[in-house]
Amino acid sequence: MNKLPDKSYLNDPKGLKSWLLTRDHKRIGLMYLYAIMTAFLLGGIFAMIIRLELLSPGKDLIDADTYNQFFTLHGAIMIFLFIIPSIPAAFGNFVLPLMIGAKDVAFPRLNLASWYIYILGSLFALYSIITGAVDTGWTFYTPYSTETTTSVISMTLGVFILGFSSIFTGLNFIVTIHKLRAPGMTWFKMPLFVWALYATAIIQVLATPVLGITLILLIIERVVGIGIFDPAMGGDPVLYQHFFWFYSHPAVYIMILPGMGIISELISVFSHKKIFGYKAIAFSSLGIAFVSFLVWGHHMFVSGQSELAAMIFSFLTFFVGIPSGIKVFNWVTTMYRGSISLEAPMLYALSFLFLFTIGGLTGIFLGALSVDVHLHDTYFIVAHFHYVMMGGTVMAFLGGLHYWWPKFWGRMYSEFWARISVALIFVGFNVTFFSQFILGSQGMPRRYYNYLDQYQPLHGFSTFGSWILGLGFVVMAVYLIHAIFRGKVAGANPWGALTFEWTTPSPPPHENFDKIPTMEHGPYDYDKIVPRSTLAESD
Amino acid sequence: MDQTVGHPEFLQHHFSDVEQQRESAKLGMWIFLLTEVLLFGGLFCAYSIYRSWNPEIFHNAHRFLDVYLGTLNTVVLIVSSVTMALAIRSMQLDRKKQTLIFLIVTLALAAAFLVVKYFEYSHKFHLGQLPGKFYTFTGIEGTNPHIFFSVYFLMTGLHGIHVIGGMAVITWLIFKTRGRTFSSQYYTPIEMTGLYWHLVDLIWIFLFPLFYLVG
Repeated sequence: MNKLPDKSYLNDPKGLKSWLLTRDHKRIGLMYLYAIMTAFLLGGIFAMIIRLELLSPGKDLIDADTYNQFFTLHGAIMIFLFIIPSIPAAFGNFVLPLMIGAKDVAFPRLNLASWYIYILGSLFALYSIITGAVDTGWTFYTPYSTETTTSVISMTLGVFILGFSSIFTGLNFIVTIHKLRAPGMTWFKMPLFVWALYATAIIQVLATPVLGITLILLIIERVVGIGIFDPAMGGDPVLYQHFFWFYSHPAVYIMILPGMGIISELISVFSHKKIFGYKAIAFSSLGIAFVSFLVWGHHMFVSGQSELAAMIFSFLTFFVGIPSGIKVFNWVTTMYRGSISLEAPMLYALSFLFLFTIGGLTGIFLGALSVDVHLHDTYFIVAHFHYVMMGGTVMAFLGGLHYWWPKFWGRMYSEFWARISVALIFVGFNVTFFSQFILGSQGMPRRYYNYLDQYQPLHGFSTFGSWILGLGFVVMAVYLIHAIFRGKVAGANPWGALTFEWTTPSPPPHENFDKIPTMEHGPYDYDKIVPRSTLAESD
Repeated sequence: MDQTVGHPEFLQHHFSDVEQQRESAKLGMWIFLLTEVLLFGGLFCAYSIYRSWNPEIFHNAHRFLDVYLGTLNTVVLIVSSVTMALAIRSMQLDRKKQTLIFLIVTLALAAAFLVVKYFEYSHKFHLGQLPGKFYTFTGIEGTNPHIFFSVYFLMTGLHGIHVIGGMAVITWLIFKTRGRTFSSQYYTPIEMTGLYWHLVDLIWIFLFPLFYLVG
């Protein structure tokens, strides 16, 4: 029987103060995980209430103003507090230095600071909820956001502060990846998750400052009325949209790229096969990062930009399909003739492949100008981005959560309950959101509180799906927390993986490695080496 | 630990040598400067849009800026960049006292910049050349002349905040230099502040012609 190591980052040193002042990337990663899971819970509760309200036309539960605030809060919390920091800040912090064989990230103090900045930004967002919430939608479009009486300022200030957290994390990762790789780890021997984090960090660093200045302008506009977005004073509200999407479109890739990185790891590890097209996957991450800066105008096809601009943006948007397609085909080819084991992380990876592909292809519909005019601001777009963000990023996040859970705690969760939960989530997700594709194509507008009777059956179906989805998460919460205390001891390498983080004990010691590892084989050389799983097969 | 032998105090535990630590700090700083460029980039973008829409207003309004004070401030900032660079060089040569003097001069020049800016701002406040709805001046022809001052105050204001931030860091450096933290072996914080200070200077070098000179 395996035993947990006596000393690990979890208990060495002890005490609350040692956690609050820690510079250990693993602890900071874990603290991020707590924070974002809280945000996820909060955003999820708002989602459940929205869906419940939409069960039938008219008022079921909350009035129209509250509904406007709830969908805004659902969006703002899920985007800014959960999904953007989720994979990079929680898993990236925990895993990145381990994966490249470093003792820590390049700037540990800055890393801790970025956690506190995240908490500070979240407190501003919470303050906004308490003092009247926001009803503008998560995009804070002017002129409504400068006129509404809800507490826009504290929310946007919160998002502005969160931006710093994101920038500092990105900056830290770029330097860490450049300067702290273990001896022998060349760029093309890095795990693909590291490549994905690198591409993400570039976007974080380049796009977030633009959001920062945009939100500051919005706040100044609201407070002193400088008129920069106000047409009555010679300003331009469409400029706000340009600024906003110049960040927020690349931000979509801040959300999805790290998820794609996790999928690259999972597919290779659980197919026990060398990843197919390593360089193609690595470069496609950078390709997505590059193209992401050139397509923001596709959010504004009906906002009054010129036809020529709309055509160019539409055309450029299709380019996103190329690197995304490269990834999907390489993952599928990796699985071909692999010896696939269907444990929970792999089930999430397969869910990702299925759902992300639907999400990506429907994105092509929306990128096409004539189709977009019909589908714009309908449930079709709601379904599309939930397939990408939840079906994509959240599935990858959950895959990563299950994959690295034994590394976090040294203990394994119940595989049986994990499979039940993944099944519930997969089915619940599709019931909830596939129906919304149909609703949207029939003309149901997004964000509406009330609707015509003809849409009720599909709305009801979607709400029913949200309950299955919610149940799946409740089950997951129970068995994951149970695993922390009572789970079977996992050992250093329960999955038989080849990357560095599995060569050190679970949970890892304070210094990560007894001695700095050197690269003896590639991260996916399953054709040369057969690693042993440290998890006992039978119970 | 065996690493304590020959492991200088300023070297953090997760770096293998001084060179690696220095290189990391440098790369990190350059990336940070990149984010600053993008932060200002949004405002430069707003400037070019509003300028291209309202060429006459920009032309008429820019005459109310004092070219002499603007030039004075440009000279002040450029000289402060020079003294900052000299401070770094002095520390490389282990001349601590000289470093201290150069840092104090840099700080004084930064303060002088702000004093000049204060006189410029208060003059405009007095005339009612204020951004947005506070604009009460009547001497500029054309619709929405306040747009020029909105952009002017936003850009020079954000730049001013950066000057204040830089002054705070330079003050910190002065105390650290007096406390003998730095040497020719370890002067990274001074060097990094220098990079930041040059960027602040550089942004002003763009702001000056865009507002004061280009009619």
